[in-house]
Parts: sequence; structure tokens; C-alpha cells
Amino acid sequence: MIALLKRDLALAVRAGGGFGLALAFFLIVVTLTPFAVGPNAGTLSIIAAGILWLGALLSCLLSLDRILALDYEDGALELLATAPIPLEAVAGIKALAHWLTTGLPLTLVAPVLGVLLNLPEPGYLWLTLSLAIGTPALSVVGTFGAALTVGLKRGGLLLSLIVLPLYVPTLIFGAEVARRASEGMPISEFSTPLALLAGITLGTLALLPFASAAAIRINLR
Amino acid sequence: MEVIVEDLAVVRGGMRVLEGVGFRLEAGRALVLRGPNGIGKTTLLRTLAGLQPADGGRVAPGPEVMAYASHADGIKATLSVSENLAFWAGLHGVQSIAAALADFNLEALEARPAGSLSAGQKRRLGLARMAVTGRPVWLLDEPTVSLDLASVGLFAAAVRRHLEAGGSAVIATHIDLGLDGAEVLELGPFKAAPPEHDHDFHEAFL
Repeated sequence: MIALLKRDLALAVRAGGGFGLALAFFLIVVTLTPFAVGPNAGTLSIIAAGILWLGALLSCLLSLDRILALDYEDGALELLATAPIPLEAVAGIKALAHWLTTGLPLTLVAPVLGVLLNLPEPGYLWLTLSLAIGTPALSVVGTFGAALTVGLKRGGLLLSLIVLPLYVPTLIFGAEVARRASEGMPISEFSTPLALLAGITLGTLALLPFASAAAIRINLR
Repeated sequence: MEVIVEDLAVVRGGMRVLEGVGFRLEAGRALVLRGPNGIGKTTLLRTLAGLQPADGGRVAPGPEVMAYASHADGIKATLSVSENLAFWAGLHGVQSIAAALADFNLEALEARPAGSLSAGQKRRLGLARMAVTGRPVWLLDEPTVSLDLASVGLFAAAVRRHLEAGGSAVIATHIDLGLDGAEVLELGPFKAAPPEHDHDFHEAFL
């Protein structure tokens, strides 16, 4: 399993691997927002938390079809299915590799980009924490969507349509945590969305690798 | 290890293509599958590898002893030859890839990115993967495609070594690999009878 994780990370950072794609897109969204809504610092600080969460989510979406499609095309997925590690673990490792190359860098860069949007000072800690808690769910759900569409040529559109509704709860609760924190509310005011955000992540982590493996098995027949 | 296949029926796209397939493969022996295009050689191998459920019959032991090589080799263009091979070795818990590199004459190409290999060299790398799985039964689907004569010789030698070490192999191929004592299984007689009615009512909804 470590071998698979290492290979996926190596593939992601080599030429054409897609690492940096999500980061670049996130950077573009955030830097262009002030041009679109105007430089009024007050307006920006109101929408900052929401824009940062939305940007992170869309950046994540951008790289989903790479998770399994490349391995399917060159036959590696079939060979992985016959390897001694269970397909559930393959799905889990793939999601982990996607998070390490997408969700984690997005989380780390978000507070820096928050400056560009005039994010109020109390928001930084909880923006970062809410992204750290929420983005694993994006990767796991995305892997599930990729597993459902893995046999399809150019399945990217279908993948986005399947995955977007599943991303909505994470976006709502994640952005809510960041918004309330940036308004200077105490933690007791946003402990409910925080708990729900963590609950969604833990639930998807526990259940979806099994669903992904089942979908891959059917698509490989 | 002896592989026993009894009364196996395999399906492709919801249709039975072969039924009543049965053979016994002793350790150290190879079985060559023959038959016209579309008869179901690939489907049979995929069923043995556990990638497709069988529609009936029995295979013992199961897919955990089988190593499958399909038309696609699963090679990553941006990884080097040794990285590609080391990945599969690590996945199967095998430590050393040196023997596999030597068997398929890949030592000189070790550090090259796999994307820059020729078709035949890629095929050799794909077949070298079989040697690092450490599994006793090799399932090979048209293994000699895009190999030159010398490479076919290398491949046949690797299969022979595998057989001598107590392994066995099921090979779908049209050329003679010169394997001593290889049994040949003609798949023609096992062709499934066409379904009695063309449209299954329930099937139409799936």
C-alpha cells in the first residue's frame, strides 16, 4: 500500500502529473475576485471566507478525473484489481494521494490568499482548520465519482454533475465555520457546523472507499 | 500447484461466450489456448484472473495465485523502468527486481523513463512484471505482440524458467513458443450455444 501511495505521489509531481493545477486555479480565482467585485475592503472581508471555500472546492473538482482515468487507460487499474491488496484499500490510497497533492496544499495556501481578500483577522485560524477538516471529504467523494465514471470516455462532465451535489453539505458547513469565525464569534457559536463538517468527513471516509471499490469492480467487467 | 477448472462458463457483455470449459494444469506445465478471434480467450483469462465473475463452474485455487498480463501493460510513462517494476514488486511484497530486469534484458534501460521505450521494450517491461509478482500461475494474453524474434526467445526462456521452478502458465497465443510438453486447448468446441430468445425482458432494463 505504501508502494501505491509513493507511486501516486511521484506521478503527481512529475511532468504532466497535475500537481499545481489545483493550486494555480485557486490562485487565479482568488486574485481575480477583487477585480470582479471591486476593491472595497468592507465588501471583500464579508465574502472572503465564502470565496476561499468555493475556490478550494472548485480547484479540487478540477483534478478529480485524473484519480482513476489514467490508471484505467493504461491498464494499471486492472492489474491493481488483481494485486494482493483489496480494491477498497486502493480506493482509499488513491483518495489519500489526491488529498495530499490537492487538499493539503490548498489548505496551506488559503491563509496566504486570505490576505488578498482582506479576510478579517480572527478568521485565519478557523478558515485553515475548516479546510483541513473538510477537504478530505472532497477527495473521498471525488474518488467515488471517479470510480463511477471510470469506464467512460471523456466522463469529466458527468463526474462533475455527480459530485457537485455531494459537495454541497461540505461547502455549506465549511464556509459557515469560516464565516462565523471571521466575524469574531466565539467557538460556541459555530461548534454545530464544525461538528457537522467533521461528521461528513468521517462518514465519507468510513463508507465511500467500499462504494468506490464496488463501482470500480463493475466498471472493470 | 495444480489448477483445476471444471465446467466453467464465461460471459462477455451479458452473453455467454464459452461454456463447459474444463482442464487440469499441473505444476511445471503450460497450457496454450487456441481459437479464432472473438471466441473468448481474453474473457476466459480475465475470468481466471478474477476480473470477471464466472457464470458457472469452478476454478481452484482462486485468483490469488494468478498473475495476469493483458494487452495493456499498466506502464507509467513518467516513471523509469526500474521504478515501474519496483512498484509492482513492492505491491506484491517481492524485494528484488534485479532478476526480472536481467531475464528480459532490461538492465541497460533501467534508468530510462518508460515513456521513451519502443513498443517492444515496453512489452518486455510489461512481461517482466509477471516475474516480480511471485505468483505461481501466469495468465498471458497474446504476450508476444510487438516482440521481435530475439525478445520472443527471451520471453520463452523466462516462461521455461518459471515452469522449471514449479510454476505454470496459461497462454493465449497463435505462435509456437517452443515450450516442451505444452498442452493445447482448442476453445472452438466450448463455444456457447446462442440464447434461445434474443431479448430477455429483464435484461432490457439493465
